[in-house]
Amino acid sequence: MAVQATCRQIGDVAILDFSGKITLGEGSAMLRKMVRSLIDGGQKKIIISLYDVDYIDSSGIGELVSAYTTVKNASGELKLLHLTKRVHDILQITRLFTVFDVQSDEDTAIHAFR
Amino acid sequence: MAAKTQRIEVTLETLLESVDLAESISMRIAEAVGFSEEDLHKIGMAVREGVINAYNYGNQQDRRKKILMTIELDPENMTVRVRDQGKGFELHEIPNPLDEENLLRTSGRGLFLMRAFMDEFDVHTAPGGGAELVMIKKLPHKISDNGIHQPE
Repeated sequence: MAVQATCRQIGDVAILDFSGKITLGEGSAMLRKMVRSLIDGGQKKIIISLYDVDYIDSSGIGELVSAYTTVKNASGELKLLHLTKRVHDILQITRLFTVFDVQSDEDTAIHAFR
Repeated sequence: MAAKTQRIEVTLETLLESVDLAESISMRIAEAVGFSEEDLHKIGMAVREGVINAYNYGNQQDRRKKILMTIELDPENMTVRVRDQGKGFELHEIPNPLDEENLLRTSGRGLFLMRAFMDEFDVHTAPGGGAELVMIKKLPHKISDNGIHQPE
């Protein structure tokens, strides 16, 4: 399934809803472009929802890390929401679970921003 | 009579599309010999990472170079080799992506994932100097002479 992404705004929080594969090529490029666009627009609180992302490769993982550092360098905050088991497992074995703020409930994630 | 080793060889172009193609071929073969859905995912992903490595780092996206993938099935193992036409590398020279100082690197996790998803993983220097990644997954069932997996 090709990657698809939409952006919605709840208060001062932007939520990127991804579905499909975040892999080398289109998926990684779309993630980079959307996060960059939000940061360039002054957005500081970003949630990436991966509810429908059943596949991520090393390129996609690298892009999530890049998103994390991009947002942090802009004095913003990034959270991941609704990980599928496969994405959860990959973040776990790569020790990135210790880096990201991972949430399982959208309302909780929104209210967890400082 | 002992089952023979079956070998499939595919020459891939140094193109992004080759990553999906290699993954798809390896998963079809793995499915045919009876791997579980979870193992299919792991094998497909390991092969994907191997071809990404050849495409990006080995051949450095040079379309004049080729990527050679071979898949061997012997009675006990599925062995996948991915060979590039780059300069090769030594596995011990690659930084560990799990080390604290490497956690925020945006690349360098492919080899780690190949090792994590397969039963054995190694890197050789290919004839001509490129890298050859060797990945082995133990078959869930033994294969008979006619290539059909036999439940144990």
